Amino acid sequence: MTEVSVDFSPALRGTEQSAPLLQVEDLRVEFRTRVGVAKAINGVSFEVNSGETLAILGESGCGKSVTAQAIMGILDSPPGFITGGEIRYRGVDLLKRTDEERRLVRANKIAMIFQDALSALNPVFTVGFQLAELFRKHRGMSRADAKKRSIELLDLVKIPAARQRVNDFPHQFSGGMRQRVMIAMALALDPELLIADEPTTALDVTVQAQIMGLLGELQRERNMGLILITHDMGVVADVADRINVMYAGRIVEKAPVYDIYAKPSHPYTKALLESIPRVDLKGQQLNVIKGLPPNLTRIPAGCAFNPRCRYTQDVCKADPVPPLHQIQPGIASACHFWKEVRGE
Amino acid sequence: MSDVVLETRDLVKHFPLTRGILFKTKIGAVRAVDGINLQLHRGETLGVVGESGCGKSTLAKLLVGLEKPTSGSIVVRGQDTSKLSGEAIRRARRNIQLVMQDPYTSLNPRMTVGDIIGEPYEIHTDVAPKGDRRRRVQELLELVGLNPEHINRYPHQFSGGQRQRIGIARALALKPEIILCDEPVSALDISIQAQVMNLLDELQKEMGLSYIFIAHDLSVVRHIADRVAVMYLGKVVESGTDVQIYDQPTHPYTQALLSAVPVPDPTLRGHRDQIVLEGDVPSPANPPSGCRFRTRCWKVQDICATQEPLLQISAKSAHPSACHFAEVRDVVHATQ
Repeated sequence: MTEVSVDFSPALRGTEQSAPLLQVEDLRVEFRTRVGVAKAINGVSFEVNSGETLAILGESGCGKSVTAQAIMGILDSPPGFITGGEIRYRGVDLLKRTDEERRLVRANKIAMIFQDALSALNPVFTVGFQLAELFRKHRGMSRADAKKRSIELLDLVKIPAARQRVNDFPHQFSGGMRQRVMIAMALALDPELLIADEPTTALDVTVQAQIMGLLGELQRERNMGLILITHDMGVVADVADRINVMYAGRIVEKAPVYDIYAKPSHPYTKALLESIPRVDLKGQQLNVIKGLPPNLTRIPAGCAFNPRCRYTQDVCKADPVPPLHQIQPGIASACHFWKEVRGE
Repeated sequence: MSDVVLETRDLVKHFPLTRGILFKTKIGAVRAVDGINLQLHRGETLGVVGESGCGKSTLAKLLVGLEKPTSGSIVVRGQDTSKLSGEAIRRARRNIQLVMQDPYTSLNPRMTVGDIIGEPYEIHTDVAPKGDRRRRVQELLELVGLNPEHINRYPHQFSGGQRQRIGIARALALKPEIILCDEPVSALDISIQAQVMNLLDELQKEMGLSYIFIAHDLSVVRHIADRVAVMYLGKVVESGTDVQIYDQPTHPYTQALLSAVPVPDPTLRGHRDQIVLEGDVPSPANPPSGCRFRTRCWKVQDICATQEPLLQISAKSAHPSACHFAEVRDVVHATQ
């Protein structure tokens, strides 16, 4: 029997360790549907480094999950198409590489966890098999070794009785435990960047606290970069270093976490902060954002937020779209009237 | 008191677990709701909070009459609904209406908005005579902030927030005194949540409605509720006014639940009193003996396994709390 030689060294040619972990530059994605072209992402740029947590905050349909899918290379295509921009991992533009090379990056370098662990896991295989598969396919381990590593991983994410539970099927786990299995799977091959797409939205608050605690711990231990995609401003306040707020496929505000809550620079961020009830305050007046997020096939001219904004003037209603104004180092707002919004 | 509009007395709902296909034998029961006493006063909002599996939604189904209680009773305006039959049940149900969680699946996609909101009048024909219904429906649409001209549109032509308004309009059609909201905003985006909560608030002031507001989001409940009951595994573990529950919680479960809610203020990061619970909620088919929370509680002692704590006022708790060691601990504001 001849051994088929497979190269299990997951190096991607051309990367430079000194380059930033991930840089997204002017990314554009559209979905070509029967009812028209939906412009899901319209020029998004950001950067994440090792050990850092970047939160992408926004409501449904703002393009935050599509951004993650584009980075991972798991965008449904068709109907989704990346129409422009660059996604650079350690200096290498992934969009210019072959599917084979991208597969090297996936799970090895950049991994992702999803909102709904039950539908992300395969229901007909044990979690042990699904974990071991990663080691067998990507690292060429034997079944026995791969199983041993799977048990270690389940231990790492604090699943009790890992040795027994490795033989259980996904439906035999509770929601929180399933999310732990997903985290174990994402961390299996020691990625440098983890993308967490609404990791705790489907969970109860006490379980959410457990999972966010675990994620933070693992991130610190491994000095991983983390992109946290969420709509929950409470979770963001607890864990993020920097925040990008998205609206209608664009980043409308970028700021460090302390600045954004203390002094938002975009009317949308400000309105969001005023519209969420807080558990530690009583009798606060909730400020309502009137209207609805725009239909992505018909994004309003000018600033996409102008029909719902209380600062709107004529300049907001006409193209060009307001660019991200640099206010201070690290703080930027895509609003003509950021001074008024900040009360300066 | 005369202003109590709804009361439950030792309300119990067990779902039998059976084995076998032809000859079913009962091997146990899921004790979804296990002895609940609640009182709802006129014009107030009672919040019911708890994690998934604690029996909140079963409670909602019992209250609107979609499930029959195993034992105990539901008294609406002094009338025990379990003792009613036929026409009387129908009349009683009119008084308590439900707003459901998911506005995408709770509206029939083949019916127009006018038909959906007007459907209650088909059953309760005496509320609105036939010729008057369309006008009534349009009034309701206007009341919940929708355009009355959209009466002939279908649910898919509306956004999530607007659909939830349609659900609210349908609940208001029979002029009930009590509206039961089962997670009414949890499926909505944050900017839309506030719109719907404010609408509920306005309707309550205008029409003197009483709400039972079931939710897992403690921040939302704090915003809207006057009194709060905290449920765990089919039982109420603590109840009181919103200030008592949120600022002076005495039951360890309430404290853990509150401390787990993230606060949108990064300056409090690391300064809040955070209690991270171990493990998961036990199965309601086989709840722990004594206190049901004892398997996850950090205060647990021998008495907790043998003696079930009663929901009562004690020396250290000014409001009812079902814990042997109830003691105030302000987890929401405490900073270390």
